[in-house]
Amino acid sequence: MTSHAAEHHDEHHHGPEKGLKRWLFATNHKDIGTMYLVFALAMFFVGGAMAFVIRAELFQPGLQFVDPGFFNQMTTMHALFMIFGGVMPAFVGLANWMIPLQVGAPDMALPRMNNWSFWILPFAFTMLFSTLFMDGGAPAGGWTLYPPLVLQTGNAFPFVILSVHMMGISSIMGSINVIVTIMNMRAPGMTMLKMPLFTWTWLITAYLLILAMPVLAAAVTMLLTDHYAATSFFNAAGGGDPVMFQHIFWFFGHPEVYIMILPAFGVISEIIPTFARKKLFGYSAMVYATASIAFLSFIVWAHHMFTVGMPLSGELFFMFATMLIAVPTGVKVFNWVSTMWRGSMTFETPMLFAVAFVFLFTIGGFSGLMLAIVPADFQYHDTYFVVAHFHYVLVPGAVFGIMAGVYYWLPKWSGNMYNEKLGKLHFWLSTIFVNVTFFPQHFLGLAGMPRRIPDYATQFADFNLISSIGAFVFGLSQLLFVYIIWQCVRGGTKATDEVWEGSHGLEWTLPSPAPYHSFELPPTVR
Amino acid sequence: MSEAIRKYYVPHGSAWPIIGSVSLFLLAFGAGNWLNDGAIGRYMVYAGTAGLLYMVFGWFGEVIRESVSGIFGRREDSSFRQGMIWFIMSEVMFFAGFFGALFYARQLAIPWLGGEGANIFTNLLLWSGFEPAWPTNGPGGLGGTFEPMPWKGLPLINTALLLTSSVTITIAHHALIDGNRKLLKWGLAATFVLGFLFLGLQVEEYYEAYVHLNLKLSTGIYGSTFFMLTGFHGAHVTLGSIMLVVIWLRVLRGHFTPTHHFGFEAVAWYWHFVDVVWLGLFIFVYIL
Repeated sequence: MTSHAAEHHDEHHHGPEKGLKRWLFATNHKDIGTMYLVFALAMFFVGGAMAFVIRAELFQPGLQFVDPGFFNQMTTMHALFMIFGGVMPAFVGLANWMIPLQVGAPDMALPRMNNWSFWILPFAFTMLFSTLFMDGGAPAGGWTLYPPLVLQTGNAFPFVILSVHMMGISSIMGSINVIVTIMNMRAPGMTMLKMPLFTWTWLITAYLLILAMPVLAAAVTMLLTDHYAATSFFNAAGGGDPVMFQHIFWFFGHPEVYIMILPAFGVISEIIPTFARKKLFGYSAMVYATASIAFLSFIVWAHHMFTVGMPLSGELFFMFATMLIAVPTGVKVFNWVSTMWRGSMTFETPMLFAVAFVFLFTIGGFSGLMLAIVPADFQYHDTYFVVAHFHYVLVPGAVFGIMAGVYYWLPKWSGNMYNEKLGKLHFWLSTIFVNVTFFPQHFLGLAGMPRRIPDYATQFADFNLISSIGAFVFGLSQLLFVYIIWQCVRGGTKATDEVWEGSHGLEWTLPSPAPYHSFELPPTVR
Repeated sequence: MSEAIRKYYVPHGSAWPIIGSVSLFLLAFGAGNWLNDGAIGRYMVYAGTAGLLYMVFGWFGEVIRESVSGIFGRREDSSFRQGMIWFIMSEVMFFAGFFGALFYARQLAIPWLGGEGANIFTNLLLWSGFEPAWPTNGPGGLGGTFEPMPWKGLPLINTALLLTSSVTITIAHHALIDGNRKLLKWGLAATFVLGFLFLGLQVEEYYEAYVHLNLKLSTGIYGSTFFMLTGFHGAHVTLGSIMLVVIWLRVLRGHFTPTHHFGFEAVAWYWHFVDVVWLGLFIFVYIL
């Protein structure tokens, strides 16, 4: 598909800076990508520790370890850390590393802004984390920050709002960079419909971010002024409406769901063709399906709030629009399966994660379809069924997508192969115990166990016990992931340029590890 | 072909972003502390603001020096252009959030409080006697009796000012392309003078609202949407006017050529965006 790598023409090589300056002043997309990924990994463990607290408390009925207020802080902070600190930065990290390599660009289009996008995050999350130690504790009203409950947050309140603003600034700058890089920095011959799917899904994700994040900023600004400046946006006495917050929030929130899954679709669409040794089935259909999902994501938001009170016509519209999403998503799933059909498949760790993704994400998709049915949702709303649903799309969905991508590209980043045996062990531990954790939660929800409650009736004890055991083992097995990465970065079998037998695309024409500056002069894509 | 072979300019290391991150943190943490009546908050806010200003001057100064030295080609220029367009798009969506709140309150929340649709008991039991109307400060009458801001008068004058400023900046742009530096200077100066005039009149308008109309930020949903929408718009006009002054100073120093003047265009786009938002405000907040 491509000519040789062009980095040899460089007459003055800038190597990386020494010491801390390399990271603080970084403008190199690989350095910034690495920082994003390491930061996301750290946040996964912080959010994971909070999940540990939650599952420990729910291990058996009654109150054992924490008081209910702190339990609620844990559910809220777990979500904020995992969504804004874990999944999103991890995908931005993958984007930073891979998009310039995939489109044949020397770097991201706006390298200094790229640095700023990243370095806002550690400060934002330090601030958010510090709310745990404030008067009144961390926010406890859920990550959705619904008023009037969230307005009762103690001293943490303005810090939460302002840290969300900081995350939003970071995301918007990051997505501007992605769009401009893809639209402006492609190598000659790299037409839009030749772009790898990871780049495509990220382009669409970046549009979603630019359209959705500012709406969240507006919503939380209204919370801030309602609290401190006596505005009445969410106060019925003044003519406002707390439900209005939910509408504005979910206008952001539903695209946000796809912001977290579309890049994973992209990663999976890269991996399956490589290990099936076949071209991706229905490439352009994949692109159009991704764009359709993105468009639909803006007109389905109220399915998160069917029980809150809405005219019947609204419930019907949002139900049918939501079900429509199953069509492009189905196109994707069928295309992945068709790509594997009669392929010469091998099952290295990235492929294992990708196959598990197809199965388990689809389970999450189907439970989402159940939740889309208004009368059924009246039963499921705010139960553990919802918890099971979104964890299926986020953990074996988004997070497996991230892990698959890391295993897939780690040899290109580090120059070494990871330990395949340990990778497979990590895969099986993760896949078995993610199901042990979340599958029983479907039954708990259908039986009526509410979410965000530290105690429960004894009838729910067995499934909660199983779920907690699953969560502990799943969480601990992620330490293995860290070890595998550490080991791989330190050394190991040298990776070839292609790394994988069936790999194709610009990134695999570069040496492994990818040189500090790549494609300074654009390659030619045929 | 020479353009294709040219290397894209990738800066090597920059201290400005980390200065910006630390300043933003000081600003945000300080603001949180200040809102909680903490002791150190306001000083952190001052320090953070100063740091951000330092960053803006330093960072933009560096980019301007790079631009003047001629290392930016067509592709770098295109990156800046596209970046600016999507930044403005994100700003549009920020305003869309507040416009959404206005439309939701007027079309749904207030009629429902008045008992429309299936909400008759909301009205009878909770807000008995509330007649839905616009403008309103809600069934609780928050903020007391008030008069809405009439669109004739200051807002109409302000509309004329902003529309005129849109014309003057376009004149300046054409003058720049034609190489008419004198007209460029005067067109730009007229634009930011009109911008500052607008802001002066908006201060006057807010004074009128608070003192004579009893219309405040706390005047229910009408006051909330009125001041938040016009206030954020005013903040953007302030920023835009400052940007215009900076561009004007650069013009006085001889920056920009008829073919190479992205900085000018970015500010012009921003100014048009502010203008369009105002037209939305004028129609939906003031007239309707």
